[in-house]
Parts: sequence; structure tokens; C-alpha cells
Amino acid sequence: MIALLIRDLRLALRAGGGFGLGLAFFLLLAVLIPLGVGPEGGTLAKIAPGVLWVGALLACLLSLDRIFALDFEDGSLDLLATAPIPLEGVVAVKALAHWLVTGLPLTLAAPLLGVLLHLPGQGYGWLLASLALGTPALSSIGAFGAALVVGVKRGGLLLSLLVLPLYVPTLIFGAEVVKRGAAGMETGVPLAMLAAITLGAMAALPFASALALRINLR
Amino acid sequence: MELVVQDLAVARGGLCVLEGLGFALAPGAALILRGANGIGKTTLLRTLAGLQPSLRGTISAPPESIAYAAHADGLKATLTVTENLAFWAAVHGTSGVEAALERMNLTTLRERRAANLSAGQKRRLGLARLLVSGRPIWLLDEPTVSLDTASVALFGAVVRAHLAAGGAAVIATHIDLGLPEAQLLDLTPFRARGEVQASPGFDEAFL
Amino acid sequence: MSLWEYANPKKFSETAARLLPVVAPLAGLCLAIGLIWGFFFTPDDYKQGSTVKIIFLHVPAAMMAINAWIMMLVASLVWIVRRHHVSALAAKAAAPIGMVFTLIALATGAFWGQPMWGTWWEWDPRLTSFLILLLFYLGYIALWQAVESPDTAADLTGVLCIVGSVFAVLSRYAVKFWNQGLHQDSTIMKVGEKDPLDPAYYWPLIVCLIGVVALFVALVLLRTVTEIRLRRLAAIEAREKFE
Repeated sequence: MIALLIRDLRLALRAGGGFGLGLAFFLLLAVLIPLGVGPEGGTLAKIAPGVLWVGALLACLLSLDRIFALDFEDGSLDLLATAPIPLEGVVAVKALAHWLVTGLPLTLAAPLLGVLLHLPGQGYGWLLASLALGTPALSSIGAFGAALVVGVKRGGLLLSLLVLPLYVPTLIFGAEVVKRGAAGMETGVPLAMLAAITLGAMAALPFASALALRINLR
Repeated sequence: MELVVQDLAVARGGLCVLEGLGFALAPGAALILRGANGIGKTTLLRTLAGLQPSLRGTISAPPESIAYAAHADGLKATLTVTENLAFWAAVHGTSGVEAALERMNLTTLRERRAANLSAGQKRRLGLARLLVSGRPIWLLDEPTVSLDTASVALFGAVVRAHLAAGGAAVIATHIDLGLPEAQLLDLTPFRARGEVQASPGFDEAFL
Repeated sequence: MSLWEYANPKKFSETAARLLPVVAPLAGLCLAIGLIWGFFFTPDDYKQGSTVKIIFLHVPAAMMAINAWIMMLVASLVWIVRRHHVSALAAKAAAPIGMVFTLIALATGAFWGQPMWGTWWEWDPRLTSFLILLLFYLGYIALWQAVESPDTAADLTGVLCIVGSVFAVLSRYAVKFWNQGLHQDSTIMKVGEKDPLDPAYYWPLIVCLIGVVALFVALVLLRTVTEIRLRRLAAIEAREKFE
């Protein structure tokens, strides 16, 4: 399992892995939004929590189809399915690898982009906390969507259509944490809900994803 | 470990393609599958490997004892030869990467990225994975594709060594691997009439 | 004699052929009576005027939008556990119907909301939940269409339906938390409580509800039989190609 994690990280970091694409997209979004909305600090500060969360979510979406599609095409997935590690474990490790190369960098970059969007000072901690807590759910749910469409040629658009509705609860609670935090309000409830979704998704979804993969491999 | 298959029926795309198939393979024996293109050799091998369910019948060996080499080698272009093989060795919890490279004549290419290998070299690396899997039964689907004569002979020797060590192999191939003692199994008599039965266990076909 | 006998495609088609001539007219009759009664023979509301009468379309459509998904969930579970093809095909058949009911609920809601709240669209939790439900329907239907092998498609959409249901319920609570909203609570079950549904509206609404359920059953039966015939055709074609 650790070997799989190391391999996936190595593949992502070497040329052609698409690493950093999500980050660049996130940055672009944070630049384009003020250009579209206008430079007034008040307006930007108001929409910053939502924009940052939606941006992180979309950036995460960009690289989802690579989780399984490449391994499916070159036959590795067949071999992994017959290997002595459970397919559920393969899914969990691949989701973790995806989080390490997208969710984590996005979380760390978000405060910088918060500056661009005039996020109020007390919101930064909550932004970091909510993304750190919520992005693992995005990777887990995304891996499930990727497992569903792994056999579909050019399934990228379909993947977005399947995954985005599943992202709704994570987005709502995640953005709510930042919104409340930035306004100096109580954040306990949405933070707890966000944690619950992440833990639930990480615990249960690998089973559904592995089932979907087995269906697609047969 | 021996592989006994009884009354096996396999399906491709919801259609039964082979039925009533049976054979027994003792340790040290090899079975060569013959039959026209599309008769279901790959489907049979995937079913034996546990990648797809059979319609009927029994397979004595559990999937954990079987190493499957498909058309695709499962190589990562950006990883080196050693990294590719070491990954599979780690997954299977075995060592012997160096020995496997040596036996498949890949030692000089050790640090080269898989992207820069020729088709035959890639194939050899894909087959080297069998050696690090440590599993007794090999299922080989056209293993000699894109191999030159010398490599075919090399691989034939590797298979013979595997058999001599008590392993077994089921090989779908039309090329002589130099295994005179291998049994031949022609799949043509087992061809099914294309009965529609998508999921096993329920008698509710659409015809 | 067991319930599972009806999982046989042939038996199902025969039964559907017997049920349809009963259910389809019942749907037409109930909807005609309910809607005419509701639209023309009930008093205007003292607050909402005649716009309130859109309730006779809005409430049944909204109810069926959710019930259709629940039916798909049950059918998917039956398919995954018991592997009856008809079950998977029924879930496939119900999805577009449920989606249309969702669209009707959203559209009638907009027409109702415009005079009442002064806006076509409000990010109210109920409205938002229905919009999200619409997205779930879209994804489900798209997955059915994208996967070529029918059994693989049935399996994958089944898994999606089950996982999607969990997330749909989560979304419902998340959306409630996110915005408290303008939409009134459901009034139909609150007879006897304060602010109940006017008794004059009650019976025509019940007739409409029966009509919509019958319509849904009729459409699902019809579409499932169509799907069974399509599968049979595909099976014949595949067999011919094989020979």
C-alpha cells in the first residue's frame, strides 16, 4: 500500500503528471473573479469565502479523472485488482495520493489567494482549517465518481456532472465555516458537520468505489 | 499448486462464448490454448484470473495463486525499469527485482524510463513482473507479441524454469515457445451457441 | 406464488399489459376531475387569491419528484441484491419521469412564487433542494446513457443511486442549515393543527395526488416494458451477430 502511495506521488510529481495544474487554475480563478466582479474591497470580502471554496472544489475536480483512468488504460488496474492488496485499500490510497497532490497544496495556497480577495483577517485560520478538513472528502467523493466513469471514453464531463451534486454538502458546510469565521461568529456546528462528512466519506466510500471498479473491470 | 477447471462457462458482453470447458493442470505442467481469434481465449484467462465472474463451473485455484499477464503491460512511462518492477515486487511483498531483471535480460536498461523502451523491451519488462509476483500459476495472454526470436527463446526458458520449480502456466499463443511437453487445448469444441445470460444464477434471460 | 415471479421479464410484460388499461384511465380521470374541481370549483384564498390553485399541480409533482427517486432507490437495491433485470430497467424507466416531475415542481413553484414573494426564484432551502435533486437525476440519466454494456450500466447506476441518496439527504439538511427560507412548511398532513389547509382544497388535492401516482405507475410500466423489448431486441441482434 505504501509502495502504491509512493508510486502515485512519484507519477504525479514527474513530468506529465499534471501536478500544479489545479493550483494554477485556483490562482487564475482568484484573479478572474475580481476582474469580473469589480475591485471594491467590501464586495470581494463578502464573496471571498464562497469563491475560495468553489475555486478549491473546481481545481480539485480538474484532476479527478486521472485517479483511475491512466491505470485503467495501461492495464495496471487489472493487475492491481488481482494483486494481494484489497481493492478498497487501493482506492483509499489513491484518494489519499490525490489529496496530497491537490487538496493539500490548495489548502496551503488558499490564504494567499484570500489576500487577493480581501478576506477579513479573522477568516484565514478558518479558511485553512475548513479546507484542511474538507478537501479529503472532495478527494474521496471524487475517487468514487472516477471509479464510476473509468470505463467511459472521454468521461471528464460526465464525471463533473456526477461528482458536483455530491460535493454540495461539503461545499455548503465548508464555505459556511469560513463565512462565519470571517464575520467573527460561532463556527462549531458547520465545522463538526464538515468533519463528519469527511470522516464518513473516507470510511464508507472506498467500498462503493471498489465495487464500481470491479464492475468496470469485468 | 494444481489448477482443475470443471464445466466452466464464460461470457463476454453478456453472451456466453465458451461452455463445458474442463481441464486439469498438475504442478510443473503447461497448457497451451488454441482457437480462432475471438473464440474467447482472453475472456477465459480473465475469468480464471478472477477479474470477471464465470457463468457456471468451478476453478480450483484461488485468484491469490494466479499471476495474469494481459495484452497491456501496466507500465508507467515516467518511471524507470527498476522503479516499475520494484513497485510490483512491493505490492506482492516479494524481493528479487535484480534477479528478475537479469533473467529477462534487462539489467543494462535498469535506469532507463519505460517511455524510452522499445516495444519488445517493454514486453520483457511486463513479463518480468510474473517473476516478482511469486505466484505459482501463470496466465499468459499472447506473451510473445512484439518479442524477437532471441527474446522468445529467453522467455521460453523462463517459463520452463518456472515449470521445473513446480509452477504451472496457461498460455494463449500461436507461437512455439519451445515447450514440447505442454498439453494443447483446442477451444473450438467448447464454443457456446451464444446463449444470452448476463448474470449468473437467475433464469430470466430476455429470449 | 411469490412476488419475485414478476421479476421475470415475460411475466412482468404480461402483467403490465393487464394493468395498464386500468391504471392509465384512472390517472386521466383523477387528474381531470381533480384539476377541474381544483381550478374552477374552489374558492379563492383570502390572502393568495386564485394563484393558490397552482397547488393542485405543484404539490403532487413535488411529491412524485421525491417518490420517484425513492422508487429508483428501492429498485436499485433489488437489482444489486437479487439481480433481477426488470428491477434495474424499472429504475432506468423511472428516472426521466422523476426528472420531469422535478421540473414541473420547480416551474410551478416559480409561477407561484412570482406573485407571492415577488420573485421567480429564491434560494430557499426547499427550492434549492429540488434544484439539487434535478442535478442528481441528470447525473443518473447521463450515466445510464454513457455506459455501453447494459448490465454494467445497471450496476453502476445502482451504486450511484444508493450513494447519491445518502448525499441527497445530506444536501437537504445542509441546505436547510444554509438558509432558513421563505417556503411554507408542508400543510397537507397538518389537518387539525393551526394554519391548516382549507378543507375546500383538501379533497380536490387528494384526487390530484391519486391521479399523479396512477400516472407515474402507468408511465413506469409503459417505459419498463419498452426497455424490456429493447433488451430483447439487443439480445436477438447479439445472437445473430454471434452466429
